[in-house]
Amino acid sequence: MAETTGEYIQHHLTNLTYGYLPEKGWTFAHSADEATAMGFWSINVDSMFWSIGLGVLFLWLFASVAKRATSGVPDGLQNAIEMIIEFIQDTTQSIFHYKNDLVAPLALTIFVWVFLMNLMDLVPVDWIPMLATAAGISHMKVVPTTDPNITMAMALSVFVLILYYSIKCKGGLGFLKELSLHPFPSVWAIPVNFILEFVTLIAKPLSLGLRLFGNMYAGEMIFVLIALMYSAHALGLSEGILMLSGGAMQLVWALFHVIVITLQAFIFAVLTIVYLAQAHEVDEH
Amino acid sequence: MNITSTLIAQSVVFIVFVWICMRFIWPVLIEAMRQRQEAIAAGLQAAEDADRRLQEAKSGAQDELAKAKEEAQAIIEQARGRAQQMVEAAKDEAREEGARLKEAARAEIDQEVNRAKESLRAQVATLAVQGAEKVLGESVDAAKHADILDRLAAEL
Repeated sequence: MAETTGEYIQHHLTNLTYGYLPEKGWTFAHSADEATAMGFWSINVDSMFWSIGLGVLFLWLFASVAKRATSGVPDGLQNAIEMIIEFIQDTTQSIFHYKNDLVAPLALTIFVWVFLMNLMDLVPVDWIPMLATAAGISHMKVVPTTDPNITMAMALSVFVLILYYSIKCKGGLGFLKELSLHPFPSVWAIPVNFILEFVTLIAKPLSLGLRLFGNMYAGEMIFVLIALMYSAHALGLSEGILMLSGGAMQLVWALFHVIVITLQAFIFAVLTIVYLAQAHEVDEH
Repeated sequence: MNITSTLIAQSVVFIVFVWICMRFIWPVLIEAMRQRQEAIAAGLQAAEDADRRLQEAKSGAQDELAKAKEEAQAIIEQARGRAQQMVEAAKDEAREEGARLKEAARAEIDQEVNRAKESLRAQVATLAVQGAEKVLGESVDAAKHADILDRLAAEL
């Protein structure tokens, strides 16, 4: 590894971006600066590849079970899948008391998909990027949820649903009333109410997307730093100790991270259900 | 870490995945689970029913058994009574038969005695006549002294 610590970290945090550069035309970015120079109309190919791949894996797994689903005695895989389905259904039913065929499948998709994307965090940080480098691909970020584009895309999609169902269930006027007459039910308090409620509303997608991104990004960063410890080059005693402690730390952090990735997936799904339930809630007073 | 059109692409992918899940996966699995739930509920209900019916049958059998025992007891009682009656009847009959036989025997004896008395009476009358003839030396006209003879016979 002929790169400095800074370069190593930077390399791990850079997406494989495809976009337009004025001097090079449509191409892959070879550095973070190039990626920034591409502006909005570029795409993180690695994020899209892994998120689509894992999404397809999720759909394929569940569809294969759905195709041969039997109401008789289920086999192991069907049992496991049904456990997840039942878990999501119970969660949905306990939070969301309205008639809506979208919410439960939405929560299932979010939960499993986000979980699978987070799970990529447990793959040792250098494996896939090194394979990619060997195959001639300059950058490879394998955890799509460490890309804010991915998490915010889902959060904003959920936000659109929140707006849609808010207006559908409360009516445009009702939604505006909720935004402007809520904490303080007085005409004079409308500006204050509106500011408060608007911030609350905007905070929903932001917190949803950035919480997942922040958690996964920080977790990934720590894996990268731990990896730095045992990628010490010289073979002295101190380096040996560093390598061993690095290995131990990676094990501990990975075990801890198993909880984090599951929890983050669950939080995203549950908050989606909660927000949509709030959107359906018609104010009585 | 820049916000790029990845955001849009990912949103589209997200919507497509949710749609596929909602359209093809969720309902199928939920339906299968619902059917199994129903089947299990029905099975449990059937087991419960069967258990209840078994209990009912058991208590019914118990009742039947008790009734049969009672009936058997009654029949035995009746049979015993009848046997007693039959023995009594046989005894009575035997007693009657004995009495009848005794009566018949007594009547026969009486008859024999009477007959013997008659014959003796006749013989005595004849002997008396013969004796009187010998004593008187002449014949006694039976016709003439018939009333005397009869009186005599009656006295014997």
